[in-house]
Amino acid sequence: MIEIGIGHYLTLGAIIFLIGIVGIFLNRKNIIVILMSIELILLAVNINLVSFSIYMNDISGQIFTLFILTVAAAEAAIGLAIIVVYYRNSGTIRVEEIEKLKG
Amino acid sequence: MISDIYYVIPEIFLSLSLMFLLLLGVFKKNSSSTVYNLTLLILIISIPLILNVPSGPEILIFNDSYKIDYLSSFIKILIIISTLFVLLTSSQYLKVTKIYNIEYPILILSSILGMVVMVSSNDLIVFYIGLELQSLALYVLASFNRDNVLSSESGLKYFVLSALSSGLLLYGCSLVYGFSSSTNFSQISFNYDQSAQGIIFGMVFILVGLAFKISAVPFHMWAPDVYQGSPTSVTLFFAILPKIAALTVFIRFLYTPFVNLIDQWQTIIIFLSIASMLFGAVAAIGQKNLKRLIAYSSISHMGYALAGLTTGTNEGIQSSVSYISIYLVMNLAFFSCIFMLKREDKYYENIDDLSGLSKNHPLLSFSLLIVLFSLAGIPPLAGFFAKFYIFMAVIEQSMFFLAIVGLLATVVAAFYYLRLIKVIYFDSEVEKYDTNHSIGLKISLIITTILILIYFIYPNSLINFVSKINLV
Repeated sequence: MIEIGIGHYLTLGAIIFLIGIVGIFLNRKNIIVILMSIELILLAVNINLVSFSIYMNDISGQIFTLFILTVAAAEAAIGLAIIVVYYRNSGTIRVEEIEKLKG
Repeated sequence: MISDIYYVIPEIFLSLSLMFLLLLGVFKKNSSSTVYNLTLLILIISIPLILNVPSGPEILIFNDSYKIDYLSSFIKILIIISTLFVLLTSSQYLKVTKIYNIEYPILILSSILGMVVMVSSNDLIVFYIGLELQSLALYVLASFNRDNVLSSESGLKYFVLSALSSGLLLYGCSLVYGFSSSTNFSQISFNYDQSAQGIIFGMVFILVGLAFKISAVPFHMWAPDVYQGSPTSVTLFFAILPKIAALTVFIRFLYTPFVNLIDQWQTIIIFLSIASMLFGAVAAIGQKNLKRLIAYSSISHMGYALAGLTTGTNEGIQSSVSYISIYLVMNLAFFSCIFMLKREDKYYENIDDLSGLSKNHPLLSFSLLIVLFSLAGIPPLAGFFAKFYIFMAVIEQSMFFLAIVGLLATVVAAFYYLRLIKVIYFDSEVEKYDTNHSIGLKISLIITTILILIYFIYPNSLINFVSKINLV
């Protein structure tokens, strides 16, 4: 059995964070996937914060996590609302068709 | 501990009145005018409240998580006054475009509450809460004209990119917390080991996130689209307020937690500054839409403001703060002029619509002339002094390369400002525009133009405030 240490948790956080970033930039299909990628980024941050907090025996990281969770929920709600408004106006949420503003 | 409450009375007042206005708007029918006027009143009341807070060189409250100093008080006053002007100028625009809803002033209030919290935060958690309160309101404001496809698209783009930048910033915060074992700004600078790579990694992530917020190149790609698509009143708001707040947070981060890492961040900020100055100047040349043009112009102005921060001296910070104050006056004046391009309930926002404006509207063209000369940095207008302070501070630190690039960018930028003046004064005229503007719009155009014109007579009025800011 290997000992699971802070390094493993940080690696996990970094991998999830990278998946989120790559998901935003490589995704060419659906805007909902972008919303999911943003959530992934925030969750990666939470994993980081909680593992640091446990490792250092300091509570403020976990409090930070609670704040991030709340804000992430609000952000997702606003994001979905904007997507609904956009869909009503243009009839599509495909990423490659969002190009009316250009210059 | 409980006496700390006295220091945050303006914030408490803003948040309570925000909730009150929301209830009023929900329970009273057709109350948009009432809410709008009450918002103006609330903003006016909060100015003396901020001035009344006992200010000193540095007051730390709530377990050192909230800081009140000259910088934060000055920026708070700036935020409140410019919001007041934004609301004054835009009331007619909102009515004509049929977005005169109760939510509009309430969202603006909540975003400036976020900014006010952000500029005096001294802790990562407080900073994050302020930032998100600001951004969440701004997402909705960008897509406020919800029957317009351009507005909702700009809201969508702003949401995605801004949420991404918040994510990057948070990842940086988590690394900084992990490698310094504290979320408090002053503790962070105390705790970390300068050779640790983790803290530098975290700092880079935080700087990238903040650069997104002030739209510095290479993180500027959202700005032109969002500026063009949003309602013009919201564009004005975007062009001024988030930039002031984010620049102040830049100052806070660079000069409190990361002050010992100056060798590492100096190169990053110099790069951001040079890239923004040059790109903003060059990319604005081919634009046809005035709002898009002002987006590129604001990118390049942010480059100058960042140039002041690279120096690592008090003079540099002071020059940046005075740059951003003058920048906001110039932008207010420019947008007041754009708000006047209205004909039969339709607003015009292309450069062609300015053609031959001087024949029918000599006064409006004259103010545009002054504003554009000032934006280009031609003496003796205010914009010249703003750039002058920056260059002085930069040259004092013998960073000649940065100063030369800045001067070159000014020359390039002068081209497109002067082109606008040529269009206004020498091109064939288009139809006459309406002249029945609201009194608030006229007043703010007059005040801002006069401020730009006579700044060189009383430069001390600004310098006296700014020179109190001593952080290093």
